[in-house]
Amino acid sequence: MSQMDQFEFTGKQKRNVFLILVIGLVLMVLGIFIEMSGGGGHHEEHGLLNNSSGQVASLMAHDQAEGSHAEEAGGHHGYHWYQRLYANLWINNMYFMGIGIIGLFFFAIQYVARAGWSASIIRVMLAYAHWIPYGAVLIILVFFLANHDLFHWTHESLYVEFLEDGSPNPEYDEIIVGKAGFLNMPFYWARMLIGLGVWTGAFFLLRKYTLAEDQEGGTKYYHKSVTTSAIFIIFFAVSSSILAWDWIMSIDTHWYSTMFGWYIFASWFVTGLASITLMTVWLKKLGYLPMVNENHIHDLGKFVFGFSIFWTYIWFSQFLLIYYANIPEETVYFWERLNSHTYAPLFYLNLLLNFFLPFLLLMTRDSKRQWLMLRIVTSIVIVGHFIDFYLMITPGTLKAHGGIGFMEIGTYLVYLGLFAFVVLNGLSRYKLVPANHPMLEESVHHHI
Amino acid sequence: MDLKKNYLVGVFDDDDVLLNAIPKIRESGIKIEDVYTPFPVHGIEEKLGYKRSKMSVAAFCFGMCGTSFAIWMQTWMLGFDWPMIIGGKNFISAPPFVPVTFELTVLIGSLGMVGTFFVMAGLAPWAKPRIFDLRSTDDKHVMAIDLAANSRSENEIQGMLQSNGAAEVYRKDFED
Repeated sequence: MSQMDQFEFTGKQKRNVFLILVIGLVLMVLGIFIEMSGGGGHHEEHGLLNNSSGQVASLMAHDQAEGSHAEEAGGHHGYHWYQRLYANLWINNMYFMGIGIIGLFFFAIQYVARAGWSASIIRVMLAYAHWIPYGAVLIILVFFLANHDLFHWTHESLYVEFLEDGSPNPEYDEIIVGKAGFLNMPFYWARMLIGLGVWTGAFFLLRKYTLAEDQEGGTKYYHKSVTTSAIFIIFFAVSSSILAWDWIMSIDTHWYSTMFGWYIFASWFVTGLASITLMTVWLKKLGYLPMVNENHIHDLGKFVFGFSIFWTYIWFSQFLLIYYANIPEETVYFWERLNSHTYAPLFYLNLLLNFFLPFLLLMTRDSKRQWLMLRIVTSIVIVGHFIDFYLMITPGTLKAHGGIGFMEIGTYLVYLGLFAFVVLNGLSRYKLVPANHPMLEESVHHHI
Repeated sequence: MDLKKNYLVGVFDDDDVLLNAIPKIRESGIKIEDVYTPFPVHGIEEKLGYKRSKMSVAAFCFGMCGTSFAIWMQTWMLGFDWPMIIGGKNFISAPPFVPVTFELTVLIGSLGMVGTFFVMAGLAPWAKPRIFDLRSTDDKHVMAIDLAANSRSENEIQGMLQSNGAAEVYRKDFED
């Protein structure tokens, strides 16, 4: 019994995680070689593939007319293989950071709501938050290396109205200059560092409190956690939205959507909830968490079901407004995705995996109480939201050069391996259930 | 046809006593018609052996009625009866139909469920509810046992109720 109090990260599990990492690395390197050797002829090849209905050509023409720069972010100096690698790193940075921060956010929500039912599973949520410091370093690193390749607005030449000889600069972009008050390097770095810094700090603080509670007991640390969580949630509400504009929306610099902060949050939240549910069911299957019963699992299933619909609601709200208003500078976002042989199938797959399947499969009460069904649906949602993030980032950075290949799968698996190692290693550091949590008794008797 | 109904009514002071009494009374072969409590008592449904409500089936049927009504209504209004050009879109186009379809599904589904609930719970306008004991709206738990549905004698049932903690047991007859 006492052995099952704490999660043991066994050698076999470590080997499996390592295996994922190695397979991912092999696929990633393979993808890089293919992309490198594809090099010169690649452009034409893809152009032809996508050009069957003349859409890419007209997209380019449209860009030229609108902003006088034929090739956006990626293609500023022609297309290079490493742009695809950077785009992949950025997608995975965003995606896994989301799962990590939602672990902490949902953990904090339990305290602010003074929720009793979840006391026995809050450590699972906290486990995901172990990724935050690592994810933060990776985000800073990739942005430092690849900002010119990912973000069109970082090119200084866009802001120069006249060349040295006095003639007008053909690259000058009035729209982007108009956004320079917000989208400039010092302010961008400040927002990013403050956001990531506070998230990391909140994680260490809340973890310190819950571990101190294990040692000392009493309700002192519970109340401290409530206060810290409340402050963190207010900060998170603002920062998650701002960082969503910075990290993802600013890739399509000309485009904007007022729903975007919510959209990213919804995507993160449902992925995080699915991950928490998957881990809880997995731990249950291994024989851990004896006090978690089917009622807790049912509640988590309801969260996944509900927030899949919430994500769809936000997705659809963004789509409908843009569809109905029919303003070219807004519709271009969906136009790029729907008029491409690469992205259009993923666009519909995104809706299938993230709305129709969870909606239909998790609708009945019995399916939410069944471990197998939950494992299937949460896996679908977790993979589905990778495609969601892929669709937010790739068309803007790679244009017609994107695709799902070895590099995409490989990079995802590398990140998955690292993420799983960090999270499971974090989980194995302390007791699975906070023994001195004042609401634990309520959680044990949770019944719906 | 004899419309007269004879009941034995057991009154309990405490919900814990009630929850302990129900399985014992049921195990002894006595059929309980219903229990009326002043507040929701957690877990009483399982103890009384209630089957899961079929309300979700009603919800689905009413919801589908709402969906099909909404789709038909919009298609007919905007496509055939009075086509209007809005933002250059097709007369019949899926995206703008989604919000109305969603809302009507929820509306018809929820109104239908409320109606179904009232009928199923015996609260329909034409229903004549049997009031066993008015104190079940205040602070007493009231258990109703239909004597005609039980083969055991009245005295036996009365003894069973009293030995399981009923504060009062009395007989109540209804004329219809």
